[in-house]
This record gives sequence, structure tokens and C-alpha cells, in this order.
Amino acid sequence: MAIFLTGHSRVIVQGITGSEGRRHGTRMLAAGTQVVGGTNPRKAGQTVDLGGTEVPVFATTAEAMAATGADVSVVFVPPAGTKDAVIEAIDASMPLVIVITEGIPVHDTAIFWAYASAKGNATRIVGPNCPGIASPGKSNAGIIPADITTEGRLGLVSKSGTLTYQMMYELRDIGFSTAVGIGGDPVIGTTHIDCLRAFAEDPETDAIVMIGEIGGDAEERAAAFIERNVTKPVVAYVAGFTAPEGKTMGHAGAIISGSAGTAQAKKEALEKAGVRVGRTPSGTAELVREIMRSR
Amino acid sequence: MDLFEYQAKELFAEYGVPVQRCRVAASPEEAREIAAVFAAEGSPVTVVKAQVKVGGRGKAGGVKLANGPDETEEKARQILGMDINGHTVHKVLIACASDIAQEYYLSYLLDRSARTFVAICSVQGGVEIEEVAHTSPESVARIPVDPLAGVDAAKAAEIVSAGGLPPEAAAQAAVLAERLWAVFADEDATLVEVNPMALTDQGEVLAIDGKVSLDDNAAFRQQHARFADTEGADPLESRARAKHLNYVKLDGQVGIIGNGAGLVMSTLDVVAYAGEAFGGVRPANFLDIGGGASAQVMADGLEIVLSDPSVRSVLVNVFGGITSCDAVANGIVAAIGMLGARGEQVSHPIVVRLDGNNAAEGRRILAEAGIGVVEQVATMDDAARRAAELAAAAATGA
Repeated sequence: MAIFLTGHSRVIVQGITGSEGRRHGTRMLAAGTQVVGGTNPRKAGQTVDLGGTEVPVFATTAEAMAATGADVSVVFVPPAGTKDAVIEAIDASMPLVIVITEGIPVHDTAIFWAYASAKGNATRIVGPNCPGIASPGKSNAGIIPADITTEGRLGLVSKSGTLTYQMMYELRDIGFSTAVGIGGDPVIGTTHIDCLRAFAEDPETDAIVMIGEIGGDAEERAAAFIERNVTKPVVAYVAGFTAPEGKTMGHAGAIISGSAGTAQAKKEALEKAGVRVGRTPSGTAELVREIMRSR
Repeated sequence: MDLFEYQAKELFAEYGVPVQRCRVAASPEEAREIAAVFAAEGSPVTVVKAQVKVGGRGKAGGVKLANGPDETEEKARQILGMDINGHTVHKVLIACASDIAQEYYLSYLLDRSARTFVAICSVQGGVEIEEVAHTSPESVARIPVDPLAGVDAAKAAEIVSAGGLPPEAAAQAAVLAERLWAVFADEDATLVEVNPMALTDQGEVLAIDGKVSLDDNAAFRQQHARFADTEGADPLESRARAKHLNYVKLDGQVGIIGNGAGLVMSTLDVVAYAGEAFGGVRPANFLDIGGGASAQVMADGLEIVLSDPSVRSVLVNVFGGITSCDAVANGIVAAIGMLGARGEQVSHPIVVRLDGNNAAEGRRILAEAGIGVVEQVATMDDAARRAAELAAAAATGA
């Protein structure tokens, strides 16, 4: 069944006529995703060529949904326009909005999150600054490479794009139900906890891999959630043990402030909750294999 | 980006947040001139404050009271050049001293876990707010601020009242709180802090000290470049920034280049673990070259990493996701060629691990290029071990 994104998902791309939107729209389509259209107010009524398939361009998310039955939107709009694009999707009651765009001012994210909350969180937001969601063999919405892993029964949730790919590739022998890249910004829509809850309830997921990194306390809160609510095995990896205090390590949210947000604190919180934490990506994959073998 | 106190106060003044009369000086002579102007205006007593982006300057002797131009110059001479917790003092702020009756605390910041903003206000200021929150939590008010609504006069009054500020300060503090919100929202700040916010003997409420952090992601719509710190920044980090590279200087010997923030952070960790077996060799830097590693980006990255005199070996760790590894391999070959053509022959060993999308082709390209300093290793763990080993060998001259 997978979580959030299934073979039935009908996907539009906000910003489909831009180079990123077109490129990844083409890749998603090639991966088997039902890409049913896209938006660009200046090119409404035209079509865009995604590797030989013409898909329609609409002025707004609402029009695209009405015409195509889309229930997922992937946002490739540049940072200056992302807030408005997400708010437009929320106004259209789009069920799932995946924000790939990197470099969005955190005030904009706080505003569109507050806007979604004020509307009762009818729209699930994933990201921003994330690689998207892949349910191998079913659908792929975002920029996660489709050919690095296989369909299987592991769930993956991660702040980091490339570590997601690394882990999906390491564990291609076992395969994944769904991998969710939640993004590395200080404020994100869908959290580790949201994904853990969904994986815990998903009958097609047997074990969960969780990847975290320095900054904030999302991993600590996830640990508390796992202790109370998750009976499926969870294996974790945390990056940034050697990161110095006060320096932003690539992701806007990856920063140790004082003694808060260290990798060590996250590892300890997770282990206290009964989660096995790998020392390296390959070590983490090995822990997952052990668990899957013993089942 | 964190601002110096004097920059924070410049911003405060622009938004009408009341601050003491003050000016920044880079030399004792300049400090004297400023004090002379203040004295002529009837304010001979000054506070000379070290401008450093680190806490604890008061305890370190970086804040001194002075009476008149002579003493201001003398105190500035003592403070300029001082090392405060690893930060050299290049500038001092000369402020007219105020007669402080009471000290309070006020800030706005991002609450990551609540995914919103929060105001923190307390009647106890002038000390670390974390300490107050620990010793008397009841005197520290945390009031969520809805990003859609912001802080108007009514909300500002609510914040000040929740903080327990007395009636003689409340009205002015509320005005300050409303204007401080404008700094926070309009400047795309992630933190604005006034500590202390003081009530003077004359009955004025002033921002005596200020801290501001600005969101680098908002650079496209803000004029924040004017606050860039050219003296305090690491020279390699400044050069990298000019080339739009995501580089952080660390203190080890293995130069690191990778794609994606998470993978690079992980690579630093794996190198540090591997280095334990080689006399404690550690990563020399964080460098994320991002998704599309073109030859130019790879050349810029290699050049920066190799300019670090402590680097003994380099590890290039790339997982081809979107980017295919053949493009990365071509980038490495071209980069080494470009550096060689410029007379910067690469002599340090470069360990390369390519995996993922089109890795076989990438490895073939590198192998056929036959570059002596490049050594390919199949896995991330083995590559980290080899890079650490080579760095240790180079350091001992073996």
C-alpha cells in the first residue's frame, strides 16, 4: 500500500515549464508516476513535452485538479515564489504538496505552515528543501532516483537527500515500501513522527529506517514517539558527530546551538527508546539486514 | 549570519527601537574622537564594549566604563586586539553610559519544534536567559506569535504583561516590542534579542545590548551583504563563499568533497572514525558541491580544499543520484587538468569513491585517465580508511 504516495496518485508539477520542473517531470513519468499536468499562469492552455509525452499546463492548482483529478503536487517553483505557490495549493485543498525547492526564507515556510494549520491541515506538506517521496514500483514524486533500489518492505524517513539515496542503494537487496525525504530546513511540514506513525500503520512496511542529522530536537521527539507508539523495529542513523558548534553544515537546519542539537544527544535519546543506531551508513544497513534475517 | 552588537543596534535604530547614543570605533584614536563628541554633548561617561560574536565578553574584561576622551581611548586600547573565547576584537562600540534602574529581557525567535515564532519576555534581564529559565522559570514568559498575524500593539502589550514588567516600564516596552517585531519580520531574522532592555533613572526604556541573526536564505530580497564580516571570517571560507561553495573549515588533515549535506556530514564522521586507527587523523573541512558537480565546480572545490595547508590527502565521496557518476568523473579529470594548466600541480593523494547512478562508467573514465594522484576505492568505509591512512603517512613523511 505504501504511505502518502501510491500507484493511484495523480501528480502535477507546479513550475512544470521551468528547467527543473520539466527535467524531473520527465524522470517521474519515466519512473511510472502518473504525471497528469502542471501549472504556470503565463503558459496556461499550452502543453509541455516530457520526454515524448505531452501534458497540459494550467493557470492554477485548482484548475489542474478540476481537469485532471490530481491529488499530489510537486513544487519546483524558485524560492521567491514558493510561498505563494504552496498557499495556492492549500487554497485548492490539494491533499499532498511536496516542496522540493531549496533556499526558501524560513519566514515564508513559517507563514505557509501557519496558513495550512489555519485551514485545518487538510493539505499535507512535505519539505521544503527535500528530495520528495518514492514508493518504488508504484510512484515517484520529486527528485529521488528511481533506479537505485527495489520495491520491498522497508520504510525510510530522512532529513537528507543523498543519505536517503545512499541508504536505499545499500539496502536494494531488501527494498522499500516508501522513502520520504522530509528535508533539512529548520521548519518543515511533515516530520519524522508523521512518517513513523504512517509506517507503523502500513501493512506493507515491516521495519523502519530513520535518518537524522544535527540541529533541532526532531530526533529526540521521534525517539519519545517510538517508545510509546511503534512496535515495528526501527533502525536509525544520525549524521554530524564531528560537526563543530555554531556552524551551518550545508542544510539550513543543520546547526548545533550551544549544547543543543548534537548527534550524540540524538543517538542517546534513540537508543534509550530501544532504537538501534548505526555508526556509519553501511553499519546501519547491516543492522537492518540482521533484523530482517531474524524475522 | 549573526550580527555584531553595533550592527544590531544600527538595525534597531532604523526601525525606531530606542538605543543609547553610540558609535563604533576600530582604533583607540577613533574611540577618543567619539568620546570627545559625546562629552561636548554633555555625556562624558562612556561604556567601551568589545565587538565579538561570542558570549562572556563582560567576564573576559571586554566591557569597561570610561570617563571622558582620555580614559575612553585608554580602555579602547586595552580591549582592541584582545582575544575573547577565541575571537579577536577588531572593533569597540563606544556608548553613552546610562543610569540603569532595572534590567529586563525581550526576544523573538524561531521555535523549530512548534514550527512557529515565539516571543520571550522576562522582568529579569542582563543575565543569560537560559540561567533565569533554570533558576526561576516562572519569571520567563514564552508567548507564541502567529506568523500570519505578527505583533501589533495589543500583542506587544500582552507579551510585556506576560513578562511581568512593571507599570512604569510597560507602555514604552510594548512600543519597543512592536518595533522589534518589525525588525524580526521585515529583515528576515531568525533571532532578535534585547538583553538587557533597561529602564533608566530618567524613565526611558532602551535596548542596551542587542543580538540579531539573519536568515541567509533571504539574501535575495534583503540588503544583508552590508553586514558581512570580512575580518572575522576564515579566509578559506570567504573564498569558498565567493565561489558559491558550501564550505566549512575544520581542524583536521583529510580534505573532504562530497555531494549533499547529509552525505558530507556522514563522510566527516566516517573519516574521523577511520582516523582513530591512524593517530587521530580528522576531516579538514566540510564541502558540499551539490547535485550537479560540473568540472568547474569540482575544480573550484579541489582548489579551495588543497589551499588549506593542513590538508594531507583528499577524499571525494559522491553518490550519484540525479547526477550520474560519469559526469562527476569527467569533472575530476578536467579539474585536475585545469589546476595543472594553471601551474597548480596536484600533489596530494586524492581518494575517490563513486557509487550509484552510472558508477561503472565513472570508474572507467577515472581509471583510463591514469592520473597518478587519484586512487579509486569501492566503498565509503574503505575510501575513508584509505584517505585517513594516506594523510597519516604524509604527515609523518613516510
